[in-house]
Amino acid sequence: MPKVDSTGKPGYFGKYGGQFVPEILVPVLNELEQAYEQAKKDETFQSRLKSLSNTFSGRPTPLYLAERLTEHLGGARIYLKREDLAHTGAHKINNALGQGLLALHMGKKRVIAETGAGQHGVATAAVCAMLGLECIVYMGEDDIKRQALNVFRMKLMGTEVRSVSSGSRTLKDAINEAMRDWVSNPETTYYIIGSVVGPRPYPAMVRDFQAVIGQETKAQSLRQLGGLPDCIVACVGGGSNAMGIFYDFIPDQSVRLIGVEAAGSGISTGKHSATLSAGKVGILHGAMSYLLQDEHGQVIETHSISAGLDYPGVGPEHSYLKDNKRVEYVSVTDEEALNGFKLLCSLEGIMPALESSHAIAHALKIAVGMPKNKNIVINLSGRGDKDMDIVQKAMGVKI
Amino acid sequence: MSRISDAFQKRKSLIAYITVGYPDIETTLRLVPLLEENGVDIIELGIPFSDPLADGVTIQNASYQALQNGVTPEVCLSVAALLKEKISIPMVFMGYYNPIYNYGLTKFCQKCATAGVSGFIIPDLPPGEAQDIDFAATEAGLDIIFLLAPTSTDERIKLVAAKSRGFIYLVSHSGVTGATANLPADLSSFVNRVRKTARQPLAVGFGISTPEQAQNIAKFSDGIIVGSRILQLVQTDPSLEKVATFIRQLRQSLD
Repeated sequence: MPKVDSTGKPGYFGKYGGQFVPEILVPVLNELEQAYEQAKKDETFQSRLKSLSNTFSGRPTPLYLAERLTEHLGGARIYLKREDLAHTGAHKINNALGQGLLALHMGKKRVIAETGAGQHGVATAAVCAMLGLECIVYMGEDDIKRQALNVFRMKLMGTEVRSVSSGSRTLKDAINEAMRDWVSNPETTYYIIGSVVGPRPYPAMVRDFQAVIGQETKAQSLRQLGGLPDCIVACVGGGSNAMGIFYDFIPDQSVRLIGVEAAGSGISTGKHSATLSAGKVGILHGAMSYLLQDEHGQVIETHSISAGLDYPGVGPEHSYLKDNKRVEYVSVTDEEALNGFKLLCSLEGIMPALESSHAIAHALKIAVGMPKNKNIVINLSGRGDKDMDIVQKAMGVKI
Repeated sequence: MSRISDAFQKRKSLIAYITVGYPDIETTLRLVPLLEENGVDIIELGIPFSDPLADGVTIQNASYQALQNGVTPEVCLSVAALLKEKISIPMVFMGYYNPIYNYGLTKFCQKCATAGVSGFIIPDLPPGEAQDIDFAATEAGLDIIFLLAPTSTDERIKLVAAKSRGFIYLVSHSGVTGATANLPADLSSFVNRVRKTARQPLAVGFGISTPEQAQNIAKFSDGIIVGSRILQLVQTDPSLEKVATFIRQLRQSLD
């Protein structure tokens, strides 16, 4: 299967994607698209991105064989793509660095961003500090409470964190507020969207900045495994880490690609964030994609133990990959994710983000049924330090 | 000529936005005839949405309250059908794309026509994404009113001028809906820039909240659109007397 991401209409992946935005943003998005297309061909831009990816972000990240976990399960070998070791602790830095450089390239001095778990906010704050850009991050009131450590990290790096108290007070509402800021300041402001969501050109642009994960994984697999992996598993909220690791493997039909959504308390309870598993096609935040909505087309509130997955939409390219069946989309509950979290901590000395713990939980399920000579790569999208309070509470532990 | 563009023929048009079901349906049914009596020429009925990203805090809150009251697109159609019997000015729906898409584009357009709605404004649907609904609207004899903003290029103006029916909605400034004290000084040059290309009536909205602002803008536009200020007055005075007075003042300032 070719890595074709459009059926001819710009910004579309099959019938998904588009540019469903207020008119005021259309010229701004067109300007961004032109700047990005130009930057893709600009050797100075690309070499600076490559250089800072290595020296600032810490790329390449390792591909790690989790021997004790593999032994414990007694099935397929499990490898971890260690995005948790990237600067600021998650894959988010790849996109923040790319777009931060693009903002600079376009002469924009003011950057806005939204964040759920805070990882994209921290990555953007770090990049803006390094590049000397003003930075404002919108974050839902509830997420500010559950991700206090990341809020403090952003502030230390000179970013202003603006609390959003409308709607469900989570990522969806932070995106709404960031868009309101953007329509109010379109000429001076660059909006660094944190996932493969939003209007054209964001889904493809963010994917391109994250595709380094899959490119590295492929080269590392060929070197360390002697061939391509049999299966790649990644968590999906908006879906940027998953698109990043999947993208280079889409033409490789022998590689099974699995995206794992947050089933929260269980899909049947209605308290979940499993957009591709339980949503239907709709329009939110500038794109047509699968969406969690009620029977009247109102976007519904989501639930996940992981703030980074607590989003009712999903990147449009994932919707396309679901429909054409190249990627399987499944979901795991909060409880299963916590078990995955605990197992990785105790067997490997690696503390994953709760987002990544969803991918781990599903890999655990499938590894046991696979032969020992098969290889699974889990995209360990981020580290779990930020989630300590949540995990402590969920485990009923007091320190 | 459509009912909507017709409304611009006799005088400077006063267009009022309200959110259906805010603070309740009964108020909507009282408010719309009152707006007509006091000088409104076109009424925009807002279909509430959970994520109104082009709106400021007043319309956000009104949408939230209306959703709490159980207002759905179906309810909005029923309210329009009831209003059709009470008023003679054209009604336009204003709503975000997802509830309409979810309802079904053809079904929605047909039901709009039956309910007496003459067209709609969808703030998150630029003309480049509107082919499907445009087809359904044309079949049903409805206008689609597109928006232009001060950031719009000449190319965008040409596109909207080719697609918009009824009138063109000119957003007065970069930003979201809501009353503002100061409107941009170069608003007239934006309107004149559009006028060179567009044949439709041009109405200016976003941020208009006083008769003085309305009067100034009407010097170079064909109409003005007021929304948030009306909702604020409804909230503070359930008797609706303050709204009636405000609309009368706006009317006088335009005539």
